Amino acid sequence: MSRPRPGRWALAALPLSFLGVFFLWPLVSIVWTGLAPGGVFDPSAFGKVLGNGSLLDVVWFTLWQATLSTALTLVVALPGAYVFARYDFPGKRLLRAAATIPFVLPTMVAGTAFLALIGPNGALGVRLDGTVTAILLAHVFFNYAVVLRTVGGLWSHLDPRLEEAARALGASRWRTFTSVTLPLLRPAIAAAASIVFLFTFTSFGIVLILGGAGLATLEVEIYRQTSTLFDLPVAAVLAILQLVGVTAVLLAYSRYQERNAVEQSLRPAAETSRRPRGARERVMVGGVLSSMALLLGAPPTVLVQRSLSTGDGWGLGFYRALGEQGRTAAQFVDAGEAVRNSLGFAVAATVIALVIGLTAAAVVSAGRGRSSRWFDSLLMLPLGTSAVTIGFGFIVALDAPVDLRASAWLIPLAHSLVAIPFVVRSVVPVMRSVRARLREAAAVLGASPRRVWREIDLPIVSRAAAVGAGFAMAVSLGEFGATAFVARPDTPTMPVAIFRYLGRPGEINFGRAMAMSVILMVVTAAAVALIERFRAPGLGEF
Amino acid sequence: MKRIAAVTAAVVVAVTTALLLPASAAARQSDPVRLLTHESFAVSQDVLDAFTVETGYPVVILTGGDAGQIVNQAILAAGNPVADVLFGVDTTFLSRALDGGVFEAYESPGLDVVPPGLRADPRVTPIDVGDVCLNYDKAAFVTVPPPQTLDDLTDPAYAGMLVVENPATSSPGLAFLLATIARFGESGDYTWQDYWADLRRNGVAVTQGWEEAYYGSFSGGSGEGDRPLVVSYASSPAAEVVFATEPTATAPTGVITDGCFHQVEYAGILAGTTNRAGAEALIDFMLSDAFQEDVPLNMFVFPASTEARLPDVFVAHAAVPAEPETVAPAAIEQNRERWVDEWTAIVLRDPSGTRWGVIGASIAAVAVLAFGGWRFRRRRR
Repeated sequence: MSRPRPGRWALAALPLSFLGVFFLWPLVSIVWTGLAPGGVFDPSAFGKVLGNGSLLDVVWFTLWQATLSTALTLVVALPGAYVFARYDFPGKRLLRAAATIPFVLPTMVAGTAFLALIGPNGALGVRLDGTVTAILLAHVFFNYAVVLRTVGGLWSHLDPRLEEAARALGASRWRTFTSVTLPLLRPAIAAAASIVFLFTFTSFGIVLILGGAGLATLEVEIYRQTSTLFDLPVAAVLAILQLVGVTAVLLAYSRYQERNAVEQSLRPAAETSRRPRGARERVMVGGVLSSMALLLGAPPTVLVQRSLSTGDGWGLGFYRALGEQGRTAAQFVDAGEAVRNSLGFAVAATVIALVIGLTAAAVVSAGRGRSSRWFDSLLMLPLGTSAVTIGFGFIVALDAPVDLRASAWLIPLAHSLVAIPFVVRSVVPVMRSVRARLREAAAVLGASPRRVWREIDLPIVSRAAAVGAGFAMAVSLGEFGATAFVARPDTPTMPVAIFRYLGRPGEINFGRAMAMSVILMVVTAAAVALIERFRAPGLGEF
Repeated sequence: MKRIAAVTAAVVVAVTTALLLPASAAARQSDPVRLLTHESFAVSQDVLDAFTVETGYPVVILTGGDAGQIVNQAILAAGNPVADVLFGVDTTFLSRALDGGVFEAYESPGLDVVPPGLRADPRVTPIDVGDVCLNYDKAAFVTVPPPQTLDDLTDPAYAGMLVVENPATSSPGLAFLLATIARFGESGDYTWQDYWADLRRNGVAVTQGWEEAYYGSFSGGSGEGDRPLVVSYASSPAAEVVFATEPTATAPTGVITDGCFHQVEYAGILAGTTNRAGAEALIDFMLSDAFQEDVPLNMFVFPASTEARLPDVFVAHAAVPAEPETVAPAAIEQNRERWVDEWTAIVLRDPSGTRWGVIGASIAAVAVLAFGGWRFRRRRR
């Protein structure tokens, strides 16, 4: 694996130029606009930020809440990943797709649902809104799926015979877990942790809605400086601080990943999982699944309940209200159009993310060394960059040679920037773990490099790619990234429609927002489930 | 020789112009007009279609966040705009847009229907007006009367009842802060800072956005919260009636007409437009009765035109404050950051923030130590 292949950097040209044009160039342009008003570099903004105690508090808060959120998400979600990897139970596939729902809920909608649970008049009877606890809870809720899918994906392919051997040699369960399972899982755990950290480090909507007015992350502060105050110099300095933090974490991550890469023989998922045996296992599986259902299920349940409660009773009134056709005063968004737009953008974004992401993953997994590390970190950087910075960067940078600033293409392009890291992170650990011996054996038996790729790599990678595609789809349906901050053709998507309904008073508007949120959840779960099934026939699971 | 060259050149230019002119005129006639606006913009499709039929210009609508964001986008693209017309710059952002060199001057012939008091600058055309006002939950004020003035809100009888939006992140939140600044002033015995300190003492709650305040914290109408007083709009009760699940003749909420902030929304032609004629036609159209009468039920603001008829539900349920507060756009732009910072210090300064920081840091440190210890043990084995 470590043998660099000629043409690797030719392969890298595609993702590099994509990121260069749609990420680095806008980013550098907007930061330069901020730091060099009138074309002359002016460093005074650095002093302004570093001398401002409340801005430094923001930096500190951002850092520790992200660390804590990541640790909590791992602790809470690892048992779930274990149960999904090792046990079979009825409705497993459906549950796994459903677990992705929280991840895609627009933060405003999920925020409303959380407020209904832990806010004023909350269903749980405790008021947590405006506290760090609420933010941490919501971060675990949103990012559970990242750990479940990334770690669970690798775990389901670990050879259980290794653990059985350790147990047979007398190791306790705990010892087996810490000495055998955990080291083998480390690449996936680190991958998931790095994504969760980046997501919570740049948390925006959650902090705005649940943090009340007193708490702010760097992302929120950049938004405030850019949007409300239009202080581009200060925003540029904060964006640089955020980038430095993110880059440091990413470089540390890829160093770690490189040192700890283990080649292992992966097994088909069907061989490694079984039905729970005995009361003890059943209780454990049941317990993990029901606590997961409680954590992930409560907020969506509140949404469903609200979408069905129409004034004096239960009914489908709000869904019917969505079905009214045309754009009149009472119907300012066409719901059907919003669903179609969302799906169209999601398919486009997923295709872009797969093409760029798989190419990039091939480059990353084939190489070692500093250049490879930087390349890997660069791919992840869009996840950790402030969306408002990128959005405004598009406006400054993308006017020539082709004016893309108000093009509908900008929407899937911006979504794919956030989706590519998921494809890369899902695929690289699997690609790295494919045993070189398998490839060599195939080559010795006379297979051409292309045939080796098709017969060895592709079948193994396709499942991981499906996981990545599911994430990409979800990222786009949930409208992650810079699209909220750029002018876009009036092609409302589902999250935009929800945003518009919630922007006006009136029971019908609130109800329509809830109904549209439920439709978004269903569409997302269906899309993710469909992608999981979509695997070339005959390849099986490996 | 020179002369022949000059004549030839003139002939060539004339012929080319003659050949191209009809074609380019026709092309310009069908070039779409691009309208950059905020997410709250809405217009009935038939009204928009009528414009296209009348003038030949299709309209492309571009949306880009809230009023502040579209102004910032326009400034970043000044001279090379993404659209031809910008609609949605309001009183609080007008000065920033004008200073940013975003607009070209245009005086619409339809401007005579707009009261002279609304006209702020030759570069922008007033399209609609609206007031940010306190709303109250009628059901909560049956035995106690609702507050009548801004001063009443500091009365202990109304303790813990008010929810406002953070002026740093919300446009109605900023408008309400500006109303209190206009009312109480910056100097004298009782300043706006004193007023907000009293509001804090009386248990004011703050959310980041209007949605969380109105739907999350307010108890009236479609609100799901427990506070009966909220900063919203003078037209919100009308929206509660229009968007009620059961047809109703009475609004569940009312408006307190004291301490409202008056905002005007403007449209302007973006400097560097490639379709100046279409842009002019669109602005003229936005002042026409057809568009102006479509405004109230689409955007829940009042038309700027004195000729436009109001829908009945607006006459019945939307309030028109007699003497709303306002602050000059230039003063807003000049002082916004300082006012918001001062407000934050008075209302949100939170001693418990430090405590949480310490708790968080210790937990993080323990986690790091535990992880380090675990790795150390592994190494030794």
